[in-house]
Amino acid sequence: MIGTIFSFIKAAIIQGIPLLFGATGEIITEKSGNLNLGIPGIMYMGGISGIVGGYLYERSTENPVAVLCILIPFLSCLLGSALMALIYCFLTITLRANQNVTGLALTTFGIGVGNFFGGSLLSFFNQSGSISLLTTGTYYKTPLPFASKLGLFGDTFLSFGFLAYLAIILALVSSWFLNRTRSGLNLRAVGENPATADSAGINVTAYKYWSTIIGGAIAGLGGLYFVMDYTAGAWTNDGFGDRGWLAIAIVIFALWKPKSAVLSSFLFGGLYIICVYIPNLSSSSKELIKMLPYLVTILVLAFVSMKKKRSSQPPESLGINYFREER
Amino acid sequence: MNNLSKTTHEPLIHITKRAAMDWWKACLVRLASIVVALLLCAGVIILLTKLNPVEIYATMFKGNFGTPRKIWVLLQNLSMLLCISLAVTPAFKMRFWNLGAEGQVLVGGLGAMACMFYIGDRLPNVVLILIMLVASILGGVVWAVIPAVFKAKWNTNESLFTLMMNYIAIQLVSFFIMVWVPNGSSVMGVVNADSRFGWLPDLFGQKYLFNILVVAVLTVVMFVYLKYSKHGYEISVVGGSENTARYIGINVKKVIIRTLMLSGGICGLAGFLLVSGTNHTISKNLAGGMGFTAIMVSWLAKFNPLMMVLTSFLIVFLQRGAGEIATQFRLNESVSDILTGIILFCIIGCEFFINYQIHTRNKHKEETV
Repeated sequence: MIGTIFSFIKAAIIQGIPLLFGATGEIITEKSGNLNLGIPGIMYMGGISGIVGGYLYERSTENPVAVLCILIPFLSCLLGSALMALIYCFLTITLRANQNVTGLALTTFGIGVGNFFGGSLLSFFNQSGSISLLTTGTYYKTPLPFASKLGLFGDTFLSFGFLAYLAIILALVSSWFLNRTRSGLNLRAVGENPATADSAGINVTAYKYWSTIIGGAIAGLGGLYFVMDYTAGAWTNDGFGDRGWLAIAIVIFALWKPKSAVLSSFLFGGLYIICVYIPNLSSSSKELIKMLPYLVTILVLAFVSMKKKRSSQPPESLGINYFREER
Repeated sequence: MNNLSKTTHEPLIHITKRAAMDWWKACLVRLASIVVALLLCAGVIILLTKLNPVEIYATMFKGNFGTPRKIWVLLQNLSMLLCISLAVTPAFKMRFWNLGAEGQVLVGGLGAMACMFYIGDRLPNVVLILIMLVASILGGVVWAVIPAVFKAKWNTNESLFTLMMNYIAIQLVSFFIMVWVPNGSSVMGVVNADSRFGWLPDLFGQKYLFNILVVAVLTVVMFVYLKYSKHGYEISVVGGSENTARYIGINVKKVIIRTLMLSGGICGLAGFLLVSGTNHTISKNLAGGMGFTAIMVSWLAKFNPLMMVLTSFLIVFLQRGAGEIATQFRLNESVSDILTGIILFCIIGCEFFINYQIHTRNKHKEETV
């Protein structure tokens, strides 16, 4: 029994990590007033960029070195997802295009790029079959060295690859950055009321650009974790599924606080797979249980708007573009 | 140039809002953006396949218009996308971001399918189809009105709310498929294939004509509704400024809820057409992303129903064309999503040049001197 509970917790954490990356990235983005609905596409892009980077490296050398195996996919993932966020920034901030439309177009594009290269990367090199980067995947999955010595505890909490810990660290650092630094304060000001921030001398455009790009890069790591750690270097088309939207749901559930996003992600990760762990469940009721994360999010969203507590509201200017001359 | 930058601290460029651009100039800008987009797409295709882009575009054309059957499928896809775009438009005009069309279509389709499943063989076909229609519209209305009430009463963020409703709808559909399909398979076959109960009739031997006609009528009606009716006027006032609307005595809450009932109802209708007129089965991909594409179609057409015929044609043409490329040149089908994305980026970006004017420093200097 205890074994089941622990393996459930472990599975919840594994499912929660990509969501946490996505949620942290989206929180940083949304804090600047940009509602980036392109996050699902960016996460696909992060995943496939990592895969492409890793594949090209594994192809180019006989004996892949561990450091490069980790570093090359990691950097190409950051680059790919940051580029996606840059497209979003250019369209919404510089060209002042509608955020919802741009975000959805970005998601279409990103998922398209992911599935296209995922499906035909090998055929470019006249190979058949599906992508599987076992070497890279193994390096990404390497757990902490002392995990195996700590029994059940070590297995449940310490047996993940380094990206899992990076997700938690990034969330905590983001929380510190937003609440404890001058730049974080400025960023929140931009998201609440860009006109006021502008007149206080804050460079609104720069803050919006940087937060969205950094947020996008962080979210992309969620895709990387999924393809390198969770599936151990294999790509299946649409394998990442709707996790990107779930990440956006977590942003709401965590009330735009990266610190709360950590536990929220694990909770959502748990809800995502709890149907596997409930015994004697018919396959139809499994589908109903998968509804839970979204249902919970709606309840939180509705409840928060009814309570009107100031500290738990979305950023005031979320979804609205800023145009200086329009005041 | 040099001495200018020393003496003044004016920014290199500055941007102002245009009052209005001549419609033909605006059209030219949009056309130019599509040309740029097609060039970019050609570039991508050459990079990926090293094929001649002219050949590619010819293949796309053939994929859409090659045979009468392909033309009918094109029209069918066009009319469904158009229908959903029409559905989301009144809400958008009111600045209510209904991202839940996908879910509303699904629940609408589910309503129709439930009728087919439970009372399919007990009623005359006409009655059954009417009941299915009502059930679909009701389903769509319910799915849209829940977020609308929250928006009207508590100003709950509607784009996130409707987005989440999609996934609840998806799971609901998966649930019912599991219940209805006996052997635990997650795929539902065509229902009533022999008896054709609950199937929309073929008109003049054409399977999709019924759908196409319904949507054509709907397009005109929606155009008139938005442009000439009192409701349409109220929608655009609320969209322009809620405070103004309140000031001139419009009941904003009522307008929001009413408009979303309309929006959801048409989505439900789309679900009905998809189930009863097209697929005769249901899956969680019933709307197939059209709920999201519709948002872009509607926005690109500047919320004008007649323009939406063009914009939805553009999207459907691209998707079907890219599908043809994929099969012809053994590429992955997702290439159509990439192309759609590129074209959307270009068209989205070009609006800037229609709405805003760029003044460079030099030009500005001349004006002031």
